[in-house]
Amino acid sequence: MKVFKTLALSALLATSAAPVSAAEQTLLNSSYDIARELFADYNPLFAAHWQEKTGESVTIKQSHGGSSAQARAIMQGLQADVVTFNQVTDVQVLYDRGKLIDKNWKENFPNSSSPYYSTTAFLVRKGNPKNIENWDDLAKDDVASVFPNPKTSGNARYTYLAALGYAQKAFGKDNTEQQDQFLKQLLANVAVFDTGGRGATTSFVERGIGDVLVTFESEVNNIRQQYGSDKYDIVVPKTSILAEFPVAVVERNAKRNGTTELATEYLSYLYSEKAQRLLADFNYRVHHPDVVKDNADRFPEVELLTVEAIAGSWDQAMKTHFASGGKLDQLQRR
Amino acid sequence: MPWAARQQRVLPGFGISLGVSLLFISLILLLPASGLIMQTSQMSWQEYWFAITDPRIVASYKVTAGAALIASLLNGVIGLLFAWVLVRYNFTGKRFVDALVDLPFALPTAVAGVTLATLYADNGWIGSVLANVGIQVAYTPLGIVIAMMFTSLPFVVRTVQPVLEEISQEEEEAGTVLGASDSAVFWRIILPTIKPALLVGVALSFTRSLGEFGAVIFIAGNMPYVSEITSLMIFVRLQEFDFPAASAIASVILMASLSLLFAINLWQGRYLKRIHGR
Repeated sequence: MKVFKTLALSALLATSAAPVSAAEQTLLNSSYDIARELFADYNPLFAAHWQEKTGESVTIKQSHGGSSAQARAIMQGLQADVVTFNQVTDVQVLYDRGKLIDKNWKENFPNSSSPYYSTTAFLVRKGNPKNIENWDDLAKDDVASVFPNPKTSGNARYTYLAALGYAQKAFGKDNTEQQDQFLKQLLANVAVFDTGGRGATTSFVERGIGDVLVTFESEVNNIRQQYGSDKYDIVVPKTSILAEFPVAVVERNAKRNGTTELATEYLSYLYSEKAQRLLADFNYRVHHPDVVKDNADRFPEVELLTVEAIAGSWDQAMKTHFASGGKLDQLQRR
Repeated sequence: MPWAARQQRVLPGFGISLGVSLLFISLILLLPASGLIMQTSQMSWQEYWFAITDPRIVASYKVTAGAALIASLLNGVIGLLFAWVLVRYNFTGKRFVDALVDLPFALPTAVAGVTLATLYADNGWIGSVLANVGIQVAYTPLGIVIAMMFTSLPFVVRTVQPVLEEISQEEEEAGTVLGASDSAVFWRIILPTIKPALLVGVALSFTRSLGEFGAVIFIAGNMPYVSEITSLMIFVRLQEFDFPAASAIASVILMASLSLLFAINLWQGRYLKRIHGR
């Protein structure tokens, strides 16, 4: 009881003390589920930079969840100042449905407002017993794969589109019949459709389900570091997809909170060398030339197809493939 | 309200207490329900029909209702047994077991789901044993049944228990003395008395299972047309930012649960009337 009292008292003090030190600004970063550790490391880096630049200290709060769910929360009133998502559509929806961000948000920062990127890769069990080297191996009869449900996970939408991109190259862009056949088989081989990327990781690693986990290359590397290189091997297919991690200032919230300048700086500092090194440490691919050179051996050369090249645009991809009654629904129909 | 004021009550103020009750019912039950109706009212009938009859959704109704039916029936048997043991026998740790029955209510369902998935996976404690005899539980419809049974078992136990406690042993003894076999005593004396409570428990267990989400999705495997539950389909529609379609599917579950509860209430009323003549 006493502990509770002190807690309540200190909480009260904290809230009442906040307006006094007006120099202290707060920033809320709304991000995707598996970026928790990344931003926990980035925030102190940025806070030091901001202190040096302006002499002010800053408190950065993090909010994590599936990025579609986060976008929904912001539309319903979550006061996030910036978003750092893993899918363009989840940012775009903030403009389309609520005019919460700038119309030309993609041009506000370099590289289409994506400070880092990744691709889709495979994690297989040690020694690669099923000999999985490329996308076509995932459609073989005796291979069970694990990736989340494309309906609920941006991560899995990249997987689906990467497989489609491979099929377009292998069978010809117009040969939709063979592409469909391939995708159908690949989808039928999925052992568990978890609702998110971390769930799929748990199914593959903890529960021992399936022969191959298909997820972001960054996640594949993190798992291998965490669970040991003696248990898993990494396979990066020769052809894969460019998975961008877009960022944007939620202008309406930032304006109200008086954090526009801070929010903008928070995102542009992601392009600095220090931040890019940190991102590379978390196994993301980055743009800074020096950092790229230093990490060349860790990120194999891969042909990265863009969503635009595979499906026209994200908007188009959502409509034709992932909307209800779309291609994905048809391919999974029984 | 003279008929209420006529008698001295322990708690005074019939008017105000009824008012407060109605206010809370409105805020907590009716407001969300009307919000749901408002969301769906943005759709035309055709859109509504299209949203709720998508083949994948229909498949999920079958999986959900089928698994809920099996789970609640099994719970009827197991719950009755549980209640019987708790009422009729004395053993050490009885109070602990009694408290344990409520665990599924106290535990966040997501925790239950993760735990069950761990136990029943092919490399889990229970799953590895079952896998030896060729039964796979996790990531199949069977897993859904298990998860639903877990979260809704207390309903049966807690509705049957007090009724069992009230049955006087004299009736049973009378039956035995008059030469009835044990099974006849059970079928003709015990079962008729607890039948309404048992049925209500099973029905509550069924309606709860219809809406269960957290515990199920971790163990279901979520394969389209095989092990996708309706609540997951609502979640999927929300992820697509298709709020009206999500509400439309939710309204189907709401209506199913409401009509079932209503039917049970009606039946129970009639049954009690027959028994007690009031």
